Amino acid sequence: MIGTPSPLDSKCPTGPIAERWDRHRFELQLVNPANKRRFHVLVIGTGLAGASAAASLAELGYRVSAFCIQDSPRRAHSIAAQGGINAAKNYPNDGDSIYRLFYDTVKGGDFRSRESNVYRLAQVSNYIIDQCVALGVPFAREYGGVLSNRSFGGAQVSRTFYARGQTGQQLLLGAYSALMRQVGMGRVELHTRREMLDIVVVDGVARGVVCRNLVSGDYERYAGDAVLLCTGGYSNVFYLSTNAKACNVTAAWRAHKRGAFFANPCFTQIHPTCIPVSGSYQAKLTLMSESLRNDGRVWVPKQSNNPRPPDQIPDEDRDYFLERRYPSFGNLVPRDVASRAAKERCDAGFGVGATRLAVYLDFRDAIQRDGVDVIRQKYGNLFQMYAKITGEDPYETPMRIYPAVHYTMGGLWVDYNLESTVPGLFVLGEANFSDHGANRLGASALMQGLADGFFIVPYTIGAHFAGRRLPKVATEAAEFGESERSARERTERLLAGKGKRSADSFHRELGKIMWDHCGMARNAGGLARAKEQVRSLRSQFWEDLSAVGDAGTMNQHLEHAGRVADFLEFAELIIEDAEYRTESCGGHFREESQTDDGEARRDDESFAHVAAWQHRGVAQSPALNKEELSFEYVRPSQRSYK
Amino acid sequence: MSAPQGDRGTSAKAQMRITLKVWRQEGPDRPGRMETHRLDDVSPHMSFLEMLDVLNEHLVAAGRDPVAFDHDCREGICGACSLVIDGQAHGPEALTTACQLHMRHYSDGDTIQVEPWRARAFPVLKDLVVERSAFDRIIAAGGFVSTHAGAAPDGNAIPVSKLDADQAMDAAACIGCGACVAACPNASAMLFVAAKISHLALLPQGRPEQHRRALAMIRAMDAEGFGNCSNHFECMAACPKGISVDNIARMNREYLRAASIERPQPGLEVGTT
Repeated sequence: MIGTPSPLDSKCPTGPIAERWDRHRFELQLVNPANKRRFHVLVIGTGLAGASAAASLAELGYRVSAFCIQDSPRRAHSIAAQGGINAAKNYPNDGDSIYRLFYDTVKGGDFRSRESNVYRLAQVSNYIIDQCVALGVPFAREYGGVLSNRSFGGAQVSRTFYARGQTGQQLLLGAYSALMRQVGMGRVELHTRREMLDIVVVDGVARGVVCRNLVSGDYERYAGDAVLLCTGGYSNVFYLSTNAKACNVTAAWRAHKRGAFFANPCFTQIHPTCIPVSGSYQAKLTLMSESLRNDGRVWVPKQSNNPRPPDQIPDEDRDYFLERRYPSFGNLVPRDVASRAAKERCDAGFGVGATRLAVYLDFRDAIQRDGVDVIRQKYGNLFQMYAKITGEDPYETPMRIYPAVHYTMGGLWVDYNLESTVPGLFVLGEANFSDHGANRLGASALMQGLADGFFIVPYTIGAHFAGRRLPKVATEAAEFGESERSARERTERLLAGKGKRSADSFHRELGKIMWDHCGMARNAGGLARAKEQVRSLRSQFWEDLSAVGDAGTMNQHLEHAGRVADFLEFAELIIEDAEYRTESCGGHFREESQTDDGEARRDDESFAHVAAWQHRGVAQSPALNKEELSFEYVRPSQRSYK
Repeated sequence: MSAPQGDRGTSAKAQMRITLKVWRQEGPDRPGRMETHRLDDVSPHMSFLEMLDVLNEHLVAAGRDPVAFDHDCREGICGACSLVIDGQAHGPEALTTACQLHMRHYSDGDTIQVEPWRARAFPVLKDLVVERSAFDRIIAAGGFVSTHAGAAPDGNAIPVSKLDADQAMDAAACIGCGACVAACPNASAMLFVAAKISHLALLPQGRPEQHRRALAMIRAMDAEGFGNCSNHFECMAACPKGISVDNIARMNREYLRAASIERPQPGLEVGTT
């Protein structure tokens, strides 16, 4: 057995950056092909990361069990990604390269990611496209039959591959088909409608999970030799986000409680072009592709609380605030900059619509310039979606948009092998803190999920199997009993509630606290208040929660209550991290750390590190562990879009 | 900054009163019944599922079991929602999943019936939730290209005509919701199966296995207890993604060719089960 590593050894290789992954792969121990079937891998979550990992590991000969919360792996939230997937193919011959994708990603992440990881991501990006084409993903093509590319999210090269506005769907269905092929061959055992409630750690190594069967209510124990968490991000801590309703932090949070460090939880991404909230019943928010900003102009009236309809406001009374503040990038500034500028105008009283929490995205000039047919061809499906949801016609009246939480860069801390601080527990995709630093670039989430699953973990997991002694464990072991007991007790506590309030009502209230004080802009006073409010809400939750139904059947209210209970604990960790990081960087904006003209000010002196938090009990302050970040290739610079 | 609250736009209609008749069924082998609920606070800007959320809030407040229904992305792409609304799969609006249907299409005082998908191959689990794993098993039988990570040639090594890629995408847009089955008087899954067979048959990557795939997927479909196609085309009318029945014609050609002309496929001899 190899010695227990010091907790924050990133295991990043050194030497020339282009050779690191190659050398690391060579140095990783291999598992003899005949031995692979002896190892059993439990994969939790079947989105891009989970499905691709489960399929690839089964292809290699490992025994795999895959678990998902939905009725089918095909429904994982990766499916909702619209825009595309980046790769450094340089098919358009416009100067792209692995190095440029690496450079853009490190800079876009505002210098809070690991150079070694990001370079590897850029390297494997090309294989992902090849692999997905081979799986039958119907990417957009040119007339000559070659793959089509577009520029996305302000990138200066066209490196984004896409399948209409449904790239996430097509990639997920590709990974799902590879997974189902292995299921059909009996190499992957698939468990749907299961929620992971705990990981089981035996002799310091992750050796199993406890799940609740969401149909029967039964608790089930599964033993294995490694656990892969591929359970997505935690945007739903804000209640209103663009995430699907089932997205939650439970698996990651319970792993955190068993020893997995949580890194940079305050790094959350707000997307500027979402459809605004329409009422207190609102269940989630809908994102529209930011490609809309290529032709739409963002504005608010110059006069605050202006009740006039937009078509009666002449140009001289309009404030095109992005063009005013950022003359060179205009409406195409990055997501975080555009979002904060919209918030600033609304907070100052210039917002539009009934809620005053929206800005206009206006296509009037583009329609005059290019004609309505050109605009319809480019954005027809988005305009249709907007009209369907709002009942308004964006060809006639400007869209109203407002930022919404969309993605979380923070997540469980992993080393270069994607292994967490619990040996044998690997974390992939959005669930890890990974490669995006403090801000993710457009079309990079799909890339990272598939990179982790298809091309990284299949290699790095070998070091775990070959390097550690893994005696057989049975689900009768005491550790399984303890995990199941704690999961059961928590559920029983949820069902013992004698109150009147629904889980959803607590979730909404938590979301409001987080959005108000730990959302697009944060300050010390607000964060301190939020922490108090979250604690008080948490105790109310356990007193006033209504318990309906029972544990022995399908009980969606109970499922939701369990997730809200975890969000209520986890929220405090985000706030803690946001309080600690007194700099502004990427998606994290601390009002105390800004330039005279209101732009984010990074503090490399104090914060060029990953903040990885160690659990010490609910309502106890967590212990901070730092992983220093060094930049040998991309020199940190202040982002400027003026 | 304040929380996002309040009504959208300036032309909000007043709140509507809606009477809901909802299918309630406690478990797979339990009898079901329609249950009537009245809602006085329905906003025209709500989605249909947000209205069900409001109903469930009222039920929880009254200490009663909320209505179970499948839903997830709520933007029409995951395929989870599966409601028969006034007898139509996904409700009255064309090319729209139930989660993207909005209450502004209804009027004050309307009565709406909500039921689950009805098909032998989709047993009810609870209330409006059905079991659709039959679709997964059909995909596992052949809805894939047999390749593995690491084996792929360069993405541009095999050109694909734009027309083929576009048609493949049209078929691949299927979200696997099962509305086609729910809408079909025979509870046939032909449109779902045909969409996958078409998608892969139209691309060069899928051709080496096209015959085996057609035989294997159709055999799996039959084994799940779905009915046959008798050309009602209700499936296409109900499909929220507008998948065309042309795909069924293509599937039938694929099947005929595989079954009668091409080499025998080991283990998939036609006429045996």
